[in-house]
Amino acid sequence: MAEEAITESPDTVAGDGVRRRDFINIAAVSAAGVAGVAVLVPLISQMAPSADVLAASSTEVDISAIQPGQAIKAVFRNQPVFVRNLTPKEIAAANAVDISSLRDPQTLEERTLAGKENWLITMGVCTHLGCVPLGAGEGENKGEFGGYFCPCHGSAYDTAARIRKGPAPKNLEVPEYAFTSETVVKIG
Amino acid sequence: MSFPWAKHYTPTHPFMQWMDEKLPLPRLVYNSVGSGYPVPRNLNYFWNFGFLAMACLMLQIVTGIVLAMHYAANQAVAFTSVEHIMRDVNWGWMLRYAHANGASAFFVVIYIHIFRGLFYGSYKAPREMVWLLGVVIFLLMMATAFMGYVLPWGQMSFWGAKVITGLFGAFPVVGEGIQQWLLGGFAPDNAALNRFFSLHYLLPFVIVGVVVLHIWALHIPGSNNPTGVEVKSESDTVPFFPYYIAKDGWFIGAAALVYCVFVFFMPNALGHPDNYIPANSMSTPALIVPEWYFWPFYAILRAFTSDFFIIPAKLMGVLAMFSAILVWFFLPWLDRSPVRSSAYRPLYRKFFWFGLIPAVLLLGYCGGAHAAEPYLMLSQIGAFYYFAHFLIILPIVSAIERPDPLPFSITEAVLGSDDNALLGTAEGSPHDTPAPAA
Repeated sequence: MAEEAITESPDTVAGDGVRRRDFINIAAVSAAGVAGVAVLVPLISQMAPSADVLAASSTEVDISAIQPGQAIKAVFRNQPVFVRNLTPKEIAAANAVDISSLRDPQTLEERTLAGKENWLITMGVCTHLGCVPLGAGEGENKGEFGGYFCPCHGSAYDTAARIRKGPAPKNLEVPEYAFTSETVVKIG
Repeated sequence: MSFPWAKHYTPTHPFMQWMDEKLPLPRLVYNSVGSGYPVPRNLNYFWNFGFLAMACLMLQIVTGIVLAMHYAANQAVAFTSVEHIMRDVNWGWMLRYAHANGASAFFVVIYIHIFRGLFYGSYKAPREMVWLLGVVIFLLMMATAFMGYVLPWGQMSFWGAKVITGLFGAFPVVGEGIQQWLLGGFAPDNAALNRFFSLHYLLPFVIVGVVVLHIWALHIPGSNNPTGVEVKSESDTVPFFPYYIAKDGWFIGAAALVYCVFVFFMPNALGHPDNYIPANSMSTPALIVPEWYFWPFYAILRAFTSDFFIIPAKLMGVLAMFSAILVWFFLPWLDRSPVRSSAYRPLYRKFFWFGLIPAVLLLGYCGGAHAAEPYLMLSQIGAFYYFAHFLIILPIVSAIERPDPLPFSITEAVLGSDDNALLGTAEGSPHDTPAPAA
């Protein structure tokens, strides 16, 4: 009887030569593999910005006190953001530049809102390695192009905060923002 | 795992015999750092730096564990808790200075250890794996040191973290995502500080694990030596215990004197005053430089100031900086000369002393200086030479060089002739040498 049971091969499925044991092997290893990958998901994604960090990602700035030629540093996502009131001379200087000669070609118009061309709002984070460029504070070095100058590795930005010299690859980033009134800007 | 003449562990005490049967841990120690490990008899002082590196690692782990009992890894109180250690905790000032200067000491020792490997060809067959594991240890050390420097949450901590994680932002498309994932935010903050502390505590133990593999891999062929000639007979070796244990012990004492001068008389000489200013995300220090042991690599990062074909300058700098260490992984196969020791390689020796060493020192000097001319141009020259040494000069030199004649054996190099090596008798005793013919 026992011999008969073996030759009848109770552990093959539908006679195609696949043993039940093979099936269990493959199923178990596959399940363990999928489970192993699934375990990685929370372990890796826990390192991404958490909900409270993401929630604190918009800032309102009162710009009423900023005179032409002045700039302030505001805080947005724990990083500085420069709000600058450009003088007509600075606007003219930015518009006089040949766009095709720039590393990251953009016009001043593309970097400001329509009708608010004098308000240049950019992140105060050098696009090279993230230092805070000088030039927003009173009496700080604005660099040879009259905008911002990064002391870390010598990147110089012009009056439209475009990269002109040094290792930084991009213009200072323009964050998303909107004027909620004549004197208040909501960043983010 | 050792030479045939290695002494065998034979416990006499019944307890040690019992122990040897159940868990042969004393046997492992005996064969690794005891009388059971024969070592070339001609090692010079450069060979003390491996043991010394192990001592540094232990120093860092012990001081680090006790500092962690008082430190608080929270962005709001981290800086204050370090000041608390300095002012209030019993002996806290000494423990912190011991740990901070211990990091520098560890890098001094490891750089000399690497220098030794490069000069005497310790990276060559049959010790490639020892070298590769050593490079892994060095990379882990750099990561650990960087994260440790962030913990006091001073200005240099914060901006160092920002610049170094900013490196990953250089990679196209995925860079920004990786940077935010590493930091857990848009800029270094509590999330970053917490995870850096967690990893700073973990990685030293990972280093211990790789060190075990490093020593394991070393003990298969046995130690290299200043001649680079492999061990041939028992007269070429002495047992690790007591000979090299004694020498290493003496040397640790000597090195500790130098270390103590720093800890007790100039504890901040190697640090930056700016790190005693609490982290401020709104203001960058006038000069951001890493700790001195990263300067050569930092100079390579900054050497790339203009775009290289389609690769932006920033990405190029990052790739070059990582490649400066990754090239070491290929070193055993870039240097094709079968002669290990530079003592017998006249051409390589010249390029080593007058090329590679000045280039690395120049890069180190530029890495600590302002990012302005002439330092940028000097960095570029240094970086070019550094890569040229490994990728161009080394393969060519090892192909065309005519090495000096090697001694037949270590014993011959030490004593002039193998005949002078008389084991078990008084060495060089006049009674054993035949009288010269009259």
